[in-house]
Amino acid sequence: MENFTPISSLAGGMLIGVSAVLLMLLNGRIAGVSGIAGGLIAPVAGDWQWRLAFVLGLAAGPLVYGALGGPMPDIQFPMASPIGLIAAGLLAGFGTRLGSGCTSGHGVCGVSRLSARSLAATGAFMFTGFATVYVIRHVIGG
Amino acid sequence: MVGILFGIGLTLAQMVNPAKVLAFLDLAGNWDPSLAFVMAGGAGIAAIFYPIILRRPRPLLAEKFQVPARTDIDARLMLGASLFGIGWGLAGLCPGPALAMLGLGYNSAMIFTAAMIAGFGAFELYDRTLTKSKLA
Repeated sequence: MENFTPISSLAGGMLIGVSAVLLMLLNGRIAGVSGIAGGLIAPVAGDWQWRLAFVLGLAAGPLVYGALGGPMPDIQFPMASPIGLIAAGLLAGFGTRLGSGCTSGHGVCGVSRLSARSLAATGAFMFTGFATVYVIRHVIGG
Repeated sequence: MVGILFGIGLTLAQMVNPAKVLAFLDLAGNWDPSLAFVMAGGAGIAAIFYPIILRRPRPLLAEKFQVPARTDIDARLMLGASLFGIGWGLAGLCPGPALAMLGLGYNSAMIFTAAMIAGFGAFELYDRTLTKSKLA
């Protein structure tokens, strides 16, 4: 646990929470990234502008953070194989749309509302996430 | 602006670092519980302020609040979330950080994000085929 960062993780999570709260106050929407971005694939008239703005802002976030002098995390990709990354991306893209949400929509917004669907979905993706890492690191890699 | 704040939060919380995310998912290894604090921080803030906001008649910039009201836990929800978890566990990336990293210039993130967008597209095709077959 030497890399445990409770303070910055809690602060980052709270910023995500503030962002989610603002999106609800301004646009009346749940801050679920997969739903917001997925809705851009087949855009609906009048309903894509806020989605695009959110996604562009999201991509600008780390750059703004860096420009403000925030220390960038030491980013590393344990999964380096392009095939693995493609499989992971396809599963994450299709799965989040089929399951109506990801870590933000279900894991943060839905859990905060104690939505039964979000609690179940969060339990499911955490479980398969834990299981996948276990298999890769301790069964195959062990 | 709201998206920028979200992206800053993801960076500060190191959600954009797959190694950090996978360290959280590695219960049997050198477990790093930090990500639980990210979710707790985000859900905590939303839990406090959502109810206050939802007392308003409408949002500031839109006609109405659009909050999911469904409570049924169906196979589609569970299968989708389970597939997503496998992808998350493989790469250590989920949709928010994947999009947030587009400007940082990591090839691995680009590959994941391109595949994720293809996954979004595949779902649209699947969903339409399903809707058509139901109507037919």
